[in-house]
Amino acid sequence: MEIKKKATRESYGEALAALSTEFEDLYVLDADLAAATKTGIFKKACPERFIDCGIAEANMMGVAAGMAAAGKKVFASSFAMFAAGRAFEIVRNSIGYPHLNVKIGATHAGISVGEDGATHQCNEDIALMRTIPGMTIINPADDVEAKAAVRAALEFEGPVYMRFGRLAVPVFNDPDTYEFKLGKGITLRDGNDITIVATGLMVNEALIAADKLLEEGIKARVINIHTIKPIDRELIVKAAQETCAIVTAEEHSVIGGLGSAVADVVTEEYPVPVYKVGVNDEFGHSGPAVELLKQFGLCADNIADKVRKALGNK
Amino acid sequence: MDQLTKKQLEITACKVRMGIIEGVYNAKSGHPGGSLSIADVLTYLYFNRMNVDPKDPKKADRDRLVLSKGHTAPALYSVLAQKSYFPEEELKSLRHIGAMLQGHPDMKHIPGVDMSSGSLGQGISAAAGMALAGKKSGASYRVYAILGDGELEEGQVWEAAMFSAHYRLSNLTAIVDNNGLQIDGKITDVCSPMPITDKFAAFGWNVVTADAHDFDSLEKAFAASDNSDKPTVIVQTSTKGKGVSYMENQVGWHGTAPNTEQYEIAMKELSDRLAVLEG
Repeated sequence: MEIKKKATRESYGEALAALSTEFEDLYVLDADLAAATKTGIFKKACPERFIDCGIAEANMMGVAAGMAAAGKKVFASSFAMFAAGRAFEIVRNSIGYPHLNVKIGATHAGISVGEDGATHQCNEDIALMRTIPGMTIINPADDVEAKAAVRAALEFEGPVYMRFGRLAVPVFNDPDTYEFKLGKGITLRDGNDITIVATGLMVNEALIAADKLLEEGIKARVINIHTIKPIDRELIVKAAQETCAIVTAEEHSVIGGLGSAVADVVTEEYPVPVYKVGVNDEFGHSGPAVELLKQFGLCADNIADKVRKALGNK
Repeated sequence: MDQLTKKQLEITACKVRMGIIEGVYNAKSGHPGGSLSIADVLTYLYFNRMNVDPKDPKKADRDRLVLSKGHTAPALYSVLAQKSYFPEEELKSLRHIGAMLQGHPDMKHIPGVDMSSGSLGQGISAAAGMALAGKKSGASYRVYAILGDGELEEGQVWEAAMFSAHYRLSNLTAIVDNNGLQIDGKITDVCSPMPITDKFAAFGWNVVTADAHDFDSLEKAFAASDNSDKPTVIVQTSTKGKGVSYMENQVGWHGTAPNTEQYEIAMKELSDRLAVLEG
């Protein structure tokens, strides 16, 4: 059976449009990227509550803060590079410090931006956003999770950074049974040999890796961490206790992202080796997204290799 | 403006200046120069113009003020204290550990502060967001943002200026406190933002000028913002350190607190002035 594929940015735009009638004080801001971030879908459904701020991300974040201070529910959208990178200090001081109810919808995150190359491939956004006190960070893995996450963020009071991708990725969650709980990881595969903790598009790769490893007799637990902050400490500590080693997988720098967040928990509470699959300390470059993901080791094969290495080292 | 109202505003502004000196002296740090230059406009806004209620600081239809030049928080705090948002005594613990009054405005903990600010260039964007939210809701409130002239060197100010004109935020009034000095010297020597009025006009704003230390002039300027269909900027010509003789037009008083001797001189000058006004 062909697995359906969809980019989470598409899910983001559709979810916003779907929620526009239910939430009359929902406003969506963009910085001249509505066609790419897919907030254009909301704009079509609800033009009077769509605000194009032009190519001025710093001001957009400030406007979002002001609208939130005046009681509106605001999503501010751009590429991750500009939302988290360029506008970082505005997000910190105008949104984070006063803990305003702004949701940042950051699309085109990670290396899978593809052909646009290094300037647009943001592998640092999770690290940046993690350092802001009180910031919630959500990195959904597929269409089903992304849509549920948008609603959850909207219903949550406080600043949230949401990370979406440009590349169409497999939809592996079942919309009929899927349940999103903010701050709670999801155990997708049971196993006691090792744990793979993954986020975003790497969750599906982790599942493929786990299947391959099973053929070799390795039973890997797979945990999907969609909420990177606050992270599900309990689930991670339990995995550390029961499986003795962890491999993390993320489409983000190995510095400051999911791997670091998991290591922070484990080193404090139950030290076990943590091996990271992610973008090493380097910039990306142009190329087709799928090829780049392979080249940078953001794939099931590399996760499986890391697991074998981890088990060999145990 | 009638003479009695004017006299009353002058008295209040003098007390506000005393509160600024009290706060900065006790903090042993802070920014007296730019606080003193906006003491009059803040007094005018809170005591003569803005629809606010200290007993209900968060009421939905209140006018809002964003102190984009957030380092001059002592002036805002002193006005809010005069307006009875909190006791004047609080000013003495400005910047102290565990105190309510932070070095820069903190909307989470200080009644009457509508937006946290301090990183220059950001407040005007937040003010624009508030104004847009008001327009979208059909609310009648007005939003004021006070910027420094040096602050205009921040690119974000001009992003916000473009945005505000584009969305015709006629319920937004920005005040540029043109005292001509910034930390490193004269604004025209550091990296000149001049000509200020022409720039805002080119960005599509209604531009008005005022004498920052003359309540008649301020009233006229603010009245000119009421009927515009554009956002209004009031460029007020001010004196940094206004009201304390040795601080006036001295760049060194941008971010320095007076010592005990200087504090006493400042307070004597201001209390003498108060006695004349009240006499």
